[in-house]
Amino acid sequence: MTTAAQPPAVVADSLEKRFGGTPALVGVSFSVDAGELFGFVGPDGGGKTTLFRILATLMLPSAGSARVLGRDVVRDLWSLRPRIGYMPGRFSLYPDLSVLENLQFFASVFGTTIAAARAQIAPIYSQLEPFNERRAGALSGGMKQKLALCCALVHRPEILLLDEPTTGVDAVSRREFWDLLGDLKRSGMTIVVSTPYMDEATRCDRVALMQRGQLLATDTPQRIAASFDRPLLAVHAADRYRALLALREWPRTQAVYPFGESLHYVDARADAAADAIATEVAAFLTARGFAGVQVAPATPTVEDAFIARMGAPEGAHAA
Amino acid sequence: MTGDAMSADAATAGAAIAAHELTRRFGGFTAVDRITFDVRAGEVFGFLGANGAGKTTAIRMLTGLLAPSSGRATVAGYDIAREAEQIKRRIGYMSQRFSLYEDLTVRENIRLYGGIYGLGDREIRDRTARMLDRLGLEHAADGFVRAIPLGWRQKLAFSVALLHEPRVVFLDEPTSGVDPITRRQFWELIYEAAAAGTTVLVTTHYMDEAEYCDRISIMVAGRIAALGTPAELKRSFTVPSIDDLFVRLARETAK
Repeated sequence: MTTAAQPPAVVADSLEKRFGGTPALVGVSFSVDAGELFGFVGPDGGGKTTLFRILATLMLPSAGSARVLGRDVVRDLWSLRPRIGYMPGRFSLYPDLSVLENLQFFASVFGTTIAAARAQIAPIYSQLEPFNERRAGALSGGMKQKLALCCALVHRPEILLLDEPTTGVDAVSRREFWDLLGDLKRSGMTIVVSTPYMDEATRCDRVALMQRGQLLATDTPQRIAASFDRPLLAVHAADRYRALLALREWPRTQAVYPFGESLHYVDARADAAADAIATEVAAFLTARGFAGVQVAPATPTVEDAFIARMGAPEGAHAA
Repeated sequence: MTGDAMSADAATAGAAIAAHELTRRFGGFTAVDRITFDVRAGEVFGFLGANGAGKTTAIRMLTGLLAPSSGRATVAGYDIAREAEQIKRRIGYMSQRFSLYEDLTVRENIRLYGGIYGLGDREIRDRTARMLDRLGLEHAADGFVRAIPLGWRQKLAFSVALLHEPRVVFLDEPTSGVDPITRRQFWELIYEAAAAGTTVLVTTHYMDEAEYCDRISIMVAGRIAALGTPAELKRSFTVPSIDDLFVRLARETAK
C-alpha cells in the first residue's frame, strides 16, 4: 500500500474513544490509500459509528490522532469538513422535504448548486430525478439511501465516509448501492464504508474487521479469508439441527455452525488432511443414523475468518 | 412450486398457517395480491421479499392486526378475519425494531409480557426463573434492558415472545446488526423452538439465513414469486444461491 504515488487519504494512529468508563475505540490504527474502497465490517456496537464520527470531524477522540486528506481531524476541522462527504448511519435527511428540496438544501449549505455538481451526481441522480417531487420520507429504503448518497456528494467532496449505508435495505437495493460505489471508485473517489453484512466485504479493496472497538484484522478480503488456517468442511445432512448438536459432541470438533445451506465444521487438528477428516466426519454422522450425509472441503470466507478471530461472541462476557 | 400450486386443502389439514388467495388493497394499490401458501406445524418458514413487496402487510394480516380485502387465512386454526383475538393469544411476535422496553429491567419486561398474555403470578415466576437460567442471564435480571448487549437482548426478546408458549411465532428481521456468532446462536434458538413444535415465520435481509429455513417464499410486487425448500428453488431456477434468485426475481419484475 506504500507504493502509491499519492499520500494516503486517511491515516489513523492509535485512536481511542471512551464514553464515561466505556471504551468505544481501543488503539485503532489504519491507513486508506487515495482512490481505495475501504470497508469496516462488524456487528452493531463494535465502534464503527464512533470511528466515522471522528473521521468526519464531528467528535473528538479521547486519545490518538487521525488525518484525512492530509489534515488533522481536530485542528483542521474547518478546512477539512467541506472536502468530506459524510453519510450518517441513521437516515438524516428531511423527511418532509422533497427529493429535490433535500438536494438543494445540502448544496446551498456548502455554497454550491445542483447544476455545479451535475457531473458528479449524474449516475445516482438520474435514478432519483423521476421522484423529484416526492417527500424523502415516502421513498423506499433503497431510494432513501441513494438520496442520502447524492446529498453527501452534492458539494463534490474528495472522500466519502459512508456509515452503514446498506443496513436494513433489501438484497437487491444493497447490490445496486454497491454497484454505485463501484462506479464512484472508478471515477477516482476514495470511499470509506462500514457494514454489518459480511458478504459485502468482498466488494471492498481492503477491509478491517471490527469488534468491541478493536480491529481484528486489516487486509484484502481474499487474504483475510485465506488467513483461516484450519481445514474447513461443508457438512450436509437431512436433519441439520440434530447433526449440528451431534457434531458438538464429537471430540475432534473445534467449531461447527450453520453456514448457508450447510454446516461449516472446523477440526481441532490443524495438521490433518481435509479429505481424511471429511471421511471421518461422514462416517461419524452416518453411524449416528443421519441420512443424506455429504461432507466435502470448503473454501473459507471472510465470515469464517471473522468467526475464528472474534473468539467469544458479543455479550458473552455478560453471561 | 408456485403459490397457486399449493393446495387450498392445507387450510383443513391442520396447517399452522394457511393462506388462500389472501389479498389486501389500499385504495387503488394492491399491496398483497392473492397469495396462497401454508406452513406446517414445527416448520421454519422464511418469508422473503424486497422492501415494499408486501411482506409487512401480509404479516399484519396474519397477526390479526389488519383485515384482508379478500381471500382467507387461518393461523393456529383460527380465521384471521373473524377470530383475530383468538389468534393474538396464540402467536408470538418479535422484531428488531420493537421487542423489549429498554427502560424496564429484564424481570419487569418478562412480567409485563406474561401479564399481557394472561399468565398467573406463579407461572410468570416459574417461567422467568427457567428463562434466566437457560439464557445465563440471572445476574442481569434486575438491570435495565438497555444495558444488555444487543445480541443478548435479541435472544431475550425471542424467549419473551415464546413466554406464553404460542403455536406460531413471527420474527421480523430478528438478527439485524448482530455479530456472526450471535446470529447463529439465535438460529439455534429458532431450531430448538421448531423442534419443540413451535411454527416459525421469519423475515431477514441476510440471504444466507434464507438457506437456514425449511422452506421459503419470495414475494415480489404483492405476489409469491417462488415457494419451496431452498434446495428445490435453487435447482428449479438453476441459481447458485437464494441471493441470486432473490435478485433475479426482483429485477425481472422491475423491467
